[in-house]
Amino acid sequence: MLRYTINRLLLMIPTLLGVAVLVFLLLRMMPGDIVELRFLMEGGQVSPEVLAQERARLGLDQPLWQQFIDWMTGLAVGDFGVSMWTGRPVWEEISSRLELSMQVAIMATILATLIAIPLGTLAALFKDTWIDRIIQVFAIAGLAVPSFWLGMLMILGLLLTFNWIPPLTFTPIYEDPWTNLSQLIWPAMAVGYRYSAVATRMTRSTILEVLQEDYIRTARAKGVFERLVVARHAMRNAMLPVVTVIGLEFAFLIGGLVVTEQVFNLNGIGKLFVETVTRADYTMVQALVMLVATFFIVINFLVDLLYAALDPRIRYR
Amino acid sequence: MPRKLLLSVALTTAVALLPAVADAQTPKTGGELRFAVSAEPPDYDCHAATSFAFIHPVRPHYNTLLKFDPENYPKVVGDLAESWEQSADGLTYTFKLKKNVKFHDGTPFTSEDVKATYERIRNPQGGARSIRKAAYADIDSIETPDEYTVVFKLKERNASMLTNFASPWDCIYSAAKLKEDPRFPERNVLGTGPFKFVEHAAGSHWIGERFEDYHVEGRPYLDSYRAIFITNTAARVNALQAGEVLAEFRGHSPADRDKLVSALGDKIEVHESPWICSLVVTFNTEKKPFDDARVRRALSLAVDRWQGAEALSKIALVRHVGGVLRPGYELATPPEELEKLPGFSRDIKASRAEAKKLLKEAGVSDLKFKLMNRNVPMPYTPVGVFLIDQWRQIGVSVEHDQPETKAYIANLRGGNYEAGLDFNCDAVDDPNLQLAKYISSDRSPINYSRAIDRKLDELYDAQKGELDVEKRKQILREFEKHALTEAYTIPTIWWHRIVVTWKQLKGWHMSPSHYLNQDLQDVWLDQ
Amino acid sequence: MAIAEETPQITYKVPKKRHPLLQFAFTQPLGAAGLVFIIALFIAGIFAEYVAPYDPLALDYGAMLAPPSLDHPMGTDAFGRDVFSRIIYGARTALAVGFLSSLLGSGIGAVIGVVSAYFGGRIDMLIQRFMDILLSFPIIVLALAVVAVLGKWPVGGLDLNLIVAIAIPMVPKVARVVRSAALAIREMPYVDAARAAGYGHARIIFRHIAPNVVAPFLIMFTAFIAQAILLEASLSFLGLGVTEPTAAWGLMLSGSSEEFYQQAPWMIIFPGLAISFAVFAFNLFGDSLRDWLDPKIKL
Repeated sequence: MLRYTINRLLLMIPTLLGVAVLVFLLLRMMPGDIVELRFLMEGGQVSPEVLAQERARLGLDQPLWQQFIDWMTGLAVGDFGVSMWTGRPVWEEISSRLELSMQVAIMATILATLIAIPLGTLAALFKDTWIDRIIQVFAIAGLAVPSFWLGMLMILGLLLTFNWIPPLTFTPIYEDPWTNLSQLIWPAMAVGYRYSAVATRMTRSTILEVLQEDYIRTARAKGVFERLVVARHAMRNAMLPVVTVIGLEFAFLIGGLVVTEQVFNLNGIGKLFVETVTRADYTMVQALVMLVATFFIVINFLVDLLYAALDPRIRYR
Repeated sequence: MPRKLLLSVALTTAVALLPAVADAQTPKTGGELRFAVSAEPPDYDCHAATSFAFIHPVRPHYNTLLKFDPENYPKVVGDLAESWEQSADGLTYTFKLKKNVKFHDGTPFTSEDVKATYERIRNPQGGARSIRKAAYADIDSIETPDEYTVVFKLKERNASMLTNFASPWDCIYSAAKLKEDPRFPERNVLGTGPFKFVEHAAGSHWIGERFEDYHVEGRPYLDSYRAIFITNTAARVNALQAGEVLAEFRGHSPADRDKLVSALGDKIEVHESPWICSLVVTFNTEKKPFDDARVRRALSLAVDRWQGAEALSKIALVRHVGGVLRPGYELATPPEELEKLPGFSRDIKASRAEAKKLLKEAGVSDLKFKLMNRNVPMPYTPVGVFLIDQWRQIGVSVEHDQPETKAYIANLRGGNYEAGLDFNCDAVDDPNLQLAKYISSDRSPINYSRAIDRKLDELYDAQKGELDVEKRKQILREFEKHALTEAYTIPTIWWHRIVVTWKQLKGWHMSPSHYLNQDLQDVWLDQ
Repeated sequence: MAIAEETPQITYKVPKKRHPLLQFAFTQPLGAAGLVFIIALFIAGIFAEYVAPYDPLALDYGAMLAPPSLDHPMGTDAFGRDVFSRIIYGARTALAVGFLSSLLGSGIGAVIGVVSAYFGGRIDMLIQRFMDILLSFPIIVLALAVVAVLGKWPVGGLDLNLIVAIAIPMVPKVARVVRSAALAIREMPYVDAARAAGYGHARIIFRHIAPNVVAPFLIMFTAFIAQAILLEASLSFLGLGVTEPTAAWGLMLSGSSEEFYQQAPWMIIFPGLAISFAVFAFNLFGDSLRDWLDPKIKL
């Protein structure tokens, strides 16, 4: 098991390095640069000399390999550099927004789990009945409705009925839980629906599978009343894949937040990402992509470990 | 229903435009003004800033030497200057400074601070940036005979000099701090303005609080202000509607105005003004067939600016038909003369017939090209869609290409486009600024047509040195006629600024530029 | 010991031989409903010129922001363009982007997957590492980056680079699934036999391996069309997808509609519904297709 763990850990390094190279090159291939954008965005007569000076200041006049090495050596000692746009440390920019995004993601996860597990179980227990069908339709619809559109409809509804919109600026939950929740519950619901749809489907199918096992069939044969017991048996065995899906979706949620944060004007990682990409703020985008990729890879790694721990065959593959 | 709505909006607007009534009240002190800003300043240095997103949150921390009279644009009044005079030869400007002024850290303000500031702008040292060096290129020396007198000596006469001294970008910094670190203002805010800096939460908001030692008696009225950064347009308007913010000072689209008016009725005030922002089509004269003046002129002739202005003004923040200068500006061509210029005739049928004829002569009757436009919904997309529709009516088919902003800028600068919808916004009406879009590309960093036309350059220089207004007008007319006939760059429809504020916000004044009147010195809340 | 004289009668329930389509419709009613909707979308998209009452690009300054009426069943937008007509034409955009990008993405993915599985060893290792790298970018992040890098390449109102951008995130997923399906088949005796018989790589791949990965491939393909439609809508909403004045659902939700939506809610309700229904239909169909083709495949 230890060897497997170390192997998998070592495998993460080339993947992360690959992500680094890819994002570095992708960014430099984008047309336009941050300096032109900054000084010419609103017209105005800025001389080419000023633009050149600014490029030198940001190190953009260095050869590519030099820029890459500088970045990598910085990363190696945990230094992400400074944002090319604001001049503030990258880590500061990210951490000030991470709390909000993480909270939305966690709330969405809780919502999704609360909805998905009972619904998925119900659907499986009443397979091929109208209960199952309704739940399935609910779940497939969750995959179909764009979360940003759902967000727009929510705001529209709130504005038209209460002439009220969620608060505009973020208040940490430990300062004022009410204000905090009244701002973040809506985006959490908007992204949570899709999330719960994925998890519902997974719960349903894994429980169905578990229900095929012999001991369950026996339990079932005893009578309808036993279904509750069955549900408990089945649940415990079905948890693993469901937890996996919830974990992976959590990693994907950062992506899902990109558009939804725009709609709700949330000052989170997703909005930051769109802004920094449109500004070609290389240092920021690089750091954000690395962050999300690492997060994703680590979650995958944990999932793999969990499976390996439960299924020895995997370790020797 | 939309028509009825528009009518009611028109009425409300008319009422709202009656000024002065509110000002009769005695201003009240206190309160926090919350307003929205649609973008965020990258750093805090005025001298390297270009955006309203900088002016709106940062300007209240600073003063400038002169400023534009908020109630009486374009009159120039003193800000830190008590009085000033210009020598008879126009080469010396002497400023007497106010004596009771302090920086937010308590240190007194003197002539040294003015000198250090302008030295930094015209010749930045120690890694500092200045992007408006050109405006002060004519300065020979800056002298400080005593603590409260500054003398600027010029190498050459410059008619725009006073306007320059009133520029909202030339914040006065502390000489002592600049001496310690020329880059001090990039990350720190220390001014003499009505509000002290409290905090900037990146991506979220900016807070300033009243500076108790402010040099103007009894000002500012507000206890504090909070600028909230809201990039999404719909979210911004919703915030305004819900009263979360009392204003957004850049400008709204007519749709937003109508929506707010219908939702909030007389709780809000609508301010409207022509805007010193032009939208122009620039042809890349290095690409065929745009090297042919007939083709360019034909495309200008095909655009029905009068009808377009009327229709577009309902959905986009454009409204005014004008030539190279802002319609309504004293030096601009009046409408009846404008109508005689190519592309501005009211007889669109005749114009289009001529356009078709010109295209035929040039051998490109079935012209097809791409219009590169900025990927910003307001006002670029509607105007782009409108132009394509206009050109379709003379048999020209145009593809709309909207790369994102930085690619758009790179393409314009690199000549990687056929025709582009370009724009220019200035803080003040000044032919020297606005005509820069039209003079030869090797002389102007903002004319992307890559055209060289020495006649335009000569006329430009001539008007710049002409102090007689009537004579200057004549030269400008000639410039305009030549520019529109050659049509390297053609004006489409000028912008129209609409600002909606809640009624309790008082003492703020509309101007033709979103860069002006934002020091919040005289703003108060009636609550 | 007496031998039983009567052989017990075993009755099998022999399913009636129905046309596969009919059979699909009977066993998967939800999927069939999805399929019907998809076919309707196709008809609307292909024959948009005949179905749509108005030209989707025609500006009508006299009818701006008109609410739904007999003339304009879904109202008009800020330019006075008929929303219903734009939705019909938008179906064309959505299907074109959805199909082309899924075809491109899953095509490339399938080739990579089969090649990777077939050759194994170092090639497989390299390809898999590269797929890992792509997989660790969130989809929209990857698409955003690709759109930003490639810029736009509009051909007939359709941005080809957008199709590429949407296709790329699909590649590693298809490659993974196809690879594992192909790996299983690679070990089958008949593939060994083919190899022993001296057949070339191409022949083995195309004759023996490819046909067997068709089922997972088809299922992913339908799922991807749905994802592509959603992703296109998101990108267009962010202003990075389809460009005005092309009729596209995601675009109809952004820009001016976003500003007007309170005054003219029909401008966002109908395009949002169009996206949701289309994706819903593809998902329904895809799910049923999976159950029908191979209930064991989990996606």
